[in-house]
Amino acid sequence: MSTQRMTLAKGLNSGLRKAMEDDPKVILMGEDVGKLGGVFRITEGLQKDFGEDRVIDTPLAEAGIVGTAIGLAMRGYRPVVEIQFDGFIYPAFDQIVSQVSKMHYRSLGALKLPMVIRVPFGGGIGAVEHHSESNEAYFAHTAGLRVVACSDPADAYWMIQQAIASDDPVIFYEPKRRYHERAEVDLDAPPVGLYDARVVRPGTDLTLLTYGPMVKTCVQAAEAAATEGHSLEVVDLRALSPLDRKTIFDSAKKTGRVVVVHEASTFLGMGAELAALVQQECFYHLEAPVLRVGGYNLPYPPSRFEEHFLPDLDRVLDTVDRSLAF
Amino acid sequence: MHHETTVAPSMEHDITDGGPDMVQFVDGDGNRLPTCEANEPYAQIVEDMTSEDARSMYRDLVLVRRMDAEGHALQRQGELGLWPSLLGQEAAQVGAGRALRPQDYAFPGYREHGVAWCRGVDPVNLLGMFRGVNHGGWDSNQNNFHLYTIVIGNQMLHATGYAMGMQRDGVVGTGNPDRDAAVMAFTGDGGTAQGDYNEALVFASVANAPLVFFIQNNQWAISEPNYKQFRIPPYQRARGFGFPGVRVDGNDVLAVYAVAKAAMDAARTGQGPTLIEAFTYRLGAHTTSDDPTKYRSAAEVDIWREKDPIKRMRGFMETKGHADPTFFTELEEEADELAARIRRECQQMPDPEPVTMFDKVYVDQHPVIDAEREQFAAYQASFVQEGGN
Repeated sequence: MSTQRMTLAKGLNSGLRKAMEDDPKVILMGEDVGKLGGVFRITEGLQKDFGEDRVIDTPLAEAGIVGTAIGLAMRGYRPVVEIQFDGFIYPAFDQIVSQVSKMHYRSLGALKLPMVIRVPFGGGIGAVEHHSESNEAYFAHTAGLRVVACSDPADAYWMIQQAIASDDPVIFYEPKRRYHERAEVDLDAPPVGLYDARVVRPGTDLTLLTYGPMVKTCVQAAEAAATEGHSLEVVDLRALSPLDRKTIFDSAKKTGRVVVVHEASTFLGMGAELAALVQQECFYHLEAPVLRVGGYNLPYPPSRFEEHFLPDLDRVLDTVDRSLAF
Repeated sequence: MHHETTVAPSMEHDITDGGPDMVQFVDGDGNRLPTCEANEPYAQIVEDMTSEDARSMYRDLVLVRRMDAEGHALQRQGELGLWPSLLGQEAAQVGAGRALRPQDYAFPGYREHGVAWCRGVDPVNLLGMFRGVNHGGWDSNQNNFHLYTIVIGNQMLHATGYAMGMQRDGVVGTGNPDRDAAVMAFTGDGGTAQGDYNEALVFASVANAPLVFFIQNNQWAISEPNYKQFRIPPYQRARGFGFPGVRVDGNDVLAVYAVAKAAMDAARTGQGPTLIEAFTYRLGAHTTSDDPTKYRSAAEVDIWREKDPIKRMRGFMETKGHADPTFFTELEEEADELAARIRRECQQMPDPEPVTMFDKVYVDQHPVIDAEREQFAAYQASFVQEGGN
């Protein structure tokens, strides 16, 4: 068994490397992805080993990066595009929602766009504006796109390879504040399906539905709750579109209480869909309304506010208490 | 309260005159113009054309115009929801389309019916999206002609990426003309303002992509004339992106063909992109939803009617004796038959089965779509059970 301890960033790097070795049609594109290895060093060393034709330093133009990746995908390539920061994806929004998501549909299935759009997302790193956003709901709302988020090194390693292998376009969210956290990665173990949610920590009293950077926070909350005698189940959704309904509903029915936790603003966020779905499908099993913990409905604030803006252990536990009190 | 505002000075210019840089071979009466500085680089291409080439190009012009007229009529009769007419731009599109080889790839906007024709797309297939039965009724890889793109300028980037793919596939500059390939990307003068267009020029330039940007400057972006869109015409702006730009008389099919062929040859052999600005005119409305009498004068339209590309080419052919009267008569009959077929097949085009609405959103199965398809099918079936239809 080949197990290595690595960071989430290294997991992505190793996964990208493996995908490029396995398929010569896989190419990487983005700003600074070449010699620099990306601003987070996710593509470090790949241009040196695979050449400038496969690891393309692009002009600084997000619509251009995504738009040209569409053409490359039409030509038979599997582009993996890096958007430097979450808040920089908006210039490419039109290409993603008008073209990437619809090409297969409007060609009646004749064209495939097997491309991955990698997006470092979320806050908590003290960045300036436009560097800390969680815009997953925009893309999960758009039919034709698949949206996933990794949360730990093993998933990072496997999910990026699975996303690249997908014949559908995938928006791939990477929790930037977890890039440097380490864990054991079994390079031989069969991976979890890309669209399967995962019960990270089993429990019986309440379900925390979460993904990306909040998975760790929720696990910490569950550990803290355990000291007070509450058994919380933590479900890492992993896929935001399509949602793994079975795992979500099984957990909700088992515990009878659900709290959704994400960094994005709650209004019309992923939590709104999850709450609606759970009450629709699990109504008679619920002991409390589905509650949400998320960012406030503000533009992402200056970083001196972010410890108040972002859900943290206390806010999660406070909401857990509200749910348990019903 | 009165505000002082500073507005840009009017840059109105003569939109009927392409200026001395414009490549042109045939005058309004069909006379071959002498070789001059502007057209000299392309003169040999025109010289090499045969009578048969001229007849076949003229045939394309006439059939494309007829197809377009039929599309317009079908919209007026309620068979189509919308039709963007190319009336007046036949020479620009046929000249460009004929410069493509089978292995080349074209990325159109939504008015490129003439290019589609040259790529071998059945005109009936162009009607599907305007009738509302699909978003594009042809397999783009069969004709190497991409689906129409409605959002202005999006396709310029797809074309650029596709050309970058050709480079990586090693089909550029191999020395084998049957193998070497390039891309042609189409938009209008309005499209040149879009970010995607400008980003495409940047990417193509940096990558030295095998790509020809073909701008049909038809003078009007819906109601906005050129001077509301740019201070410097597209062909001159190309230089700023790092590659050549050429203005060609878009109503002179020989000139367009020659310029497009030279540019495609350069792209295929690895010399990188060229921008062609075909100086032409939209004689009709932007689409059937538009009313051009609100924003432009009849006098202007009349000037351009005199520059009609088909009239001009016919004059050239008669002057040069490239065709006898029978050719023209037979061609009219062929056009009538084409129009009748388009009409018949358009009217016969069935509405799609409702449940197919859920098909091909994703390549792989998607539980949300699958569940909604099932719900929809069950809902439809419930009417049948109740004795409906």
